[in-house]
Amino acid sequence: MQRAQVQIHHHHAGLWAGYDVYPQFPPTASGPEELKECSGHVFVDSVPEFCLPETELLDLSTVDVILISNYHCMMALPYITEYTGFTGTVYATEPTVQIGRLLMEELVNSIERVPKAQSASMWKNKEVQRLLPAPLKDAVEVSMWRKCYTMPEVNAALSKIQLVGYSQKIELFGAVQVTPLSSGYALGSSNWIIQSHYEKVSYVSGSSLLTTHPQPMDQASLKNSDVLILTGLTQIPTANPDGMVGEFCSNLAMTVRNGGNVLVPCYPSGVIYDLLECLYQYIDSAGLSNVPFYFISPVANSSLEFSQIFAEWLCHNKQTKVYLPEPPFPHAELIQTNKLKHYPSIHGDFSNDFKQPCVVFTGHPSLRFGDVVHFMELWGKSSLNTVIFTEPDFSYLDALAPYQPLAMKCVYCPIDTRLNFIQVSKLLKEVQPLHVVCPEQYTQPPPTQSHRTDLMIDCQPPAMSYRRAEVLTLPYKRRYEKIEIMPDLADSLVPLEIKPGISLATVSAVLHTKDNKHVLQLPPKPPQPPASKKRKRVSDDVPECKSLKPLLSGSIPVDQFVQTLEKHGFSDVKVEDTAKGHIVLLQEAETLIQLEEDSTHIICDNDEPLRVKLRDLVLKFLQKF
Amino acid sequence: MPEIKVTPLGAGQDVGRSCILVSIAGKNVMLDCGMHMGYNDDRRFPDFSYITQNGRLTDFLDCVIISHFHLDHCGALPYFSEMVGYDGPIYMTHPTKAICPILLEDYRKITVDKKGETNFFTSQMIKDCMKKVVAVHLHQTVQVDEELEIKAYYAGHVLGAAMFQIKVGCESVVYTGDYNMTPDRHLGAAWIDKCRPDLLISESTYATTIRDSKRCRERDFLKKVHETVERGGKVLIPVFALGRAQELCILLETFWERMNLKAPIYFSTGLTEKANHYYKLFITWTNQKIRKTFVQRNMFEFKHIKAFDRAFADNPGPMVVFATPGMLHAGQSLQIFRKWAGNEKNMVIMPGYCVQGTVGHKILSGQRKLEMEGRQMLEVKMQVEYMSFSAHADAKGIMQLIRQAEPRNVLLVHGEAKKMEFLKQKIEQEFHVSCFMPANGETTTILTNPCIPVDISLGLLKRETAIGPLPDAKKPKLMHGTLLMKDNSFRLVSPEQALKELGLAEHQLRFTCRVHIQDPRKEHETVLRVYNHLKGILKDYSVQHLPDGSITVESILIQATAHSEDQGTKVLLVSWTYQDEELGSYLTSLLKKGLPQSTP
Repeated sequence: MQRAQVQIHHHHAGLWAGYDVYPQFPPTASGPEELKECSGHVFVDSVPEFCLPETELLDLSTVDVILISNYHCMMALPYITEYTGFTGTVYATEPTVQIGRLLMEELVNSIERVPKAQSASMWKNKEVQRLLPAPLKDAVEVSMWRKCYTMPEVNAALSKIQLVGYSQKIELFGAVQVTPLSSGYALGSSNWIIQSHYEKVSYVSGSSLLTTHPQPMDQASLKNSDVLILTGLTQIPTANPDGMVGEFCSNLAMTVRNGGNVLVPCYPSGVIYDLLECLYQYIDSAGLSNVPFYFISPVANSSLEFSQIFAEWLCHNKQTKVYLPEPPFPHAELIQTNKLKHYPSIHGDFSNDFKQPCVVFTGHPSLRFGDVVHFMELWGKSSLNTVIFTEPDFSYLDALAPYQPLAMKCVYCPIDTRLNFIQVSKLLKEVQPLHVVCPEQYTQPPPTQSHRTDLMIDCQPPAMSYRRAEVLTLPYKRRYEKIEIMPDLADSLVPLEIKPGISLATVSAVLHTKDNKHVLQLPPKPPQPPASKKRKRVSDDVPECKSLKPLLSGSIPVDQFVQTLEKHGFSDVKVEDTAKGHIVLLQEAETLIQLEEDSTHIICDNDEPLRVKLRDLVLKFLQKF
Repeated sequence: MPEIKVTPLGAGQDVGRSCILVSIAGKNVMLDCGMHMGYNDDRRFPDFSYITQNGRLTDFLDCVIISHFHLDHCGALPYFSEMVGYDGPIYMTHPTKAICPILLEDYRKITVDKKGETNFFTSQMIKDCMKKVVAVHLHQTVQVDEELEIKAYYAGHVLGAAMFQIKVGCESVVYTGDYNMTPDRHLGAAWIDKCRPDLLISESTYATTIRDSKRCRERDFLKKVHETVERGGKVLIPVFALGRAQELCILLETFWERMNLKAPIYFSTGLTEKANHYYKLFITWTNQKIRKTFVQRNMFEFKHIKAFDRAFADNPGPMVVFATPGMLHAGQSLQIFRKWAGNEKNMVIMPGYCVQGTVGHKILSGQRKLEMEGRQMLEVKMQVEYMSFSAHADAKGIMQLIRQAEPRNVLLVHGEAKKMEFLKQKIEQEFHVSCFMPANGETTTILTNPCIPVDISLGLLKRETAIGPLPDAKKPKLMHGTLLMKDNSFRLVSPEQALKELGLAEHQLRFTCRVHIQDPRKEHETVLRVYNHLKGILKDYSVQHLPDGSITVESILIQATAHSEDQGTKVLLVSWTYQDEELGSYLTSLLKKGLPQSTP
């Protein structure tokens, strides 16, 4: 029997590791070759490495199932499926897989395009790391960091994913059912319900209540949860996404009007669709009709194409457009009218078409690899140009650090549509889970704003929190399980009303358990003992196993019992009173029956027929359980 | 006994106006709401008065499910919801929801604008009707209400076609709609899991056909088209705008490309371009290959196929024209047919099924003189070819689906009675399940025997499973529990828990038997002999000799005393509770036989 073990795969951390790795600065005299210094900051010169999800705590080969929340949360999948002995199933929606593939493809491509011989390892030595300045000295589990995977590994990992749709009930080993729900954050992004017949755990990760392009968040299905695990809240709780989009547009327009270029470091899918849609509405009124927009990524074309074919995963307005039939996203029109052009890289066609001033969308938002590096170097020296940060995953100061000093303007407009704390409170009030479980940092105000008690989860009972590599026991006890009674067994049951409205029936049945599903069947009729040729041995008669007899309840009124005995031919019945009840004597048979409130004791000689007869008479007065 | 009732209002031993009523566990569901292409009178729509004479349909039906956008499955929907009156939910997949209103509007236009009928549904009614539609995803479990749930599976018949599982508690029905078990050039094959429904309602259009391989048919088709074009003839292919049309376009497009042919291919205008656009936007519903390559090359952007203009029909020279509708019963295909029918160089290829009464059906059954509107006679000299490209499962496919789903009963609709009869026998023989084929208005009742779900206390269940797998699986293990029934809730608990919950005390029933044994030895020696004797026989039981001189076998207590009168006789008192009845009874009879002679 295999028990389902579900590992929820939450991995944003993967890309974080890249942020203090930059290859372009001269060695300092103080450190080894792999450490470099720039404007007072120390950097490691190395091939980029990535931090994996916790692998020490559990043996991933024992994990049966991985549930993916959204395409940002699957970036470490190849490390797990290809290197840990994991043999289970991965569940994800179709857009998650398709766009996740694009993100991985872009990552692999960006890193493989600029091969680097050096893989720094000296600094990982604890003694060395301890002496380095922040943030290097605070980096966690550096010895576990890995180099980027390859495309064959990505393909192998993705081939292990089973596609699922929203509200699809997926049975795991008969023991639990998992269901993805729309989380409203990205195309195909999901929250997950993990439930048995009696327990319900909701995993809410990366959800949004704002109306952007994805299907709205399904809140109703989260109701009645015993435990709600809450994670993936907004990284920038103080920024209002709508306001940020406005600032993005106005900064972009201002720069271009002044003859400067705009660089938008971004992922190839997600917020970029919303930004393009805003620009589509904004371009003409802002007089930007002649400014070229470039989207440069090895997966730019695929991303734009894929966005148009997931009608069923889009918000209502966009679905309606598809019914017309029109492409759901207006970037189709931007491409058609040549306002938006996309290129796989800065080489080839782009270098011929490239006109300034312009707006460039390209990755990677960490500014450590990808074509964005090229544009930072090209435009960094001029104060006419602007870099606008919209992705919330990376600190823009850290991102810019190795490029300092910079003349170009930097605007920080993080657009994070995920839940903020006000929305979380509203959500929790709405769905009322019995318990909330969340990462520790959500239970206290941000360290830099310790007075902001509004920037934490506030719920009753207080949320249970966890840290990396900590095991939490969820606070409920399982009491019941579902079992099915076969129709013929059900027919054979004799219910008896024991109290008004409550009936009971004793059930003696054969229990069959297969794939964690339990069925009760009518016991087979005892087979006729075959006429044995062999001489019977004494031990043949030994009862097979303890066949359980029901418990008894009730009491036996002495007068009626005596009457019954007399009716059955016992003529010499004598009754004596005792402190607790009565003794009924059958004188000739030398048998006595002690009757008390909650017990009956039949004491007789070894006269089996008599004993059996008395037993059956007594049982008539009692209720079986 | 619970039962499932099925009444076809249409598509019972017939093809056309699919509409099937299903009653399952107190829920009423209507499957499809189609029109009949062979009729122009009230027979074209199902008889909805059957559902209820005077009540509102909304009160009677819990939901309506539409399997795909073909008019014989959804053509009566606006009439049903807006003119007869139904306000409940209507379920269909997203592509069906997108395309259905377009085809309905087209149908309305032909009927009202061209044929001049009045008292037909209006454009506004189509819109109002579509507002009642709830779109479903594949494999999504849609909770219609607390008890009734439905789930869509891929059917591969046309874009967005789905099979539906309807489930209440443990009882379920699967309705296939129209389906195709072999992937074609643009769609994948139908698929369902082993869901073991009580009833599978399957279409049976090709109940007796076993089609040769798709490749042969395609080669045949291309050869015929090519030959006709080579000799300067015109090829008419009547199709419905969505479905086969796209498959055949892909086929011809690649062939033209490969053979470098120049003859023009046209596609009747309007609907078609739009139709191709739907295929582009709903590309996730097409087959694997098209989905994989769509970024590089969208298969629905055709280079060789151009929009058709009515005037082109009179152009000299060869051409291939796809024109709607597919059964030659009206519209552009019929117009072109009339123009080209007289020339033996030309060819009409019917790529799909034609219902009785349509021109398509007539020419396929060999009729060469047709009476057209206005008593005009039309002589058909052009070649008439039939090629089954319509994406229905053939007999093999139907059997395959039954094997996949493992239903307890099968019911056939959407086919001809004679052919159904044959398939019914085959199904009953091969799968040993009952197979039904009701006519329209005839009700089939299927008895179901659902299991009863009960809550079992984990304590009791663990007690039973903790013992582990039995050494001999053939000897079943009995479990004992008490089923408590209170307000429709059923709970199976241990007897102890049942007593406790009901606030009742256990009544202990105990037996003590005196067994006389002839043994002159001292008491403790007798006890030892009894102990050794029992130990030797009761190998699977815990037999213990206690310091106070008594013996226990499990919870059964045995004590020995000397007989008050006869020192050579010992009295063994064997005492057990009712719960140990078997063992206690066995022990007394065993001891009564005396002890073995040989001292151990």
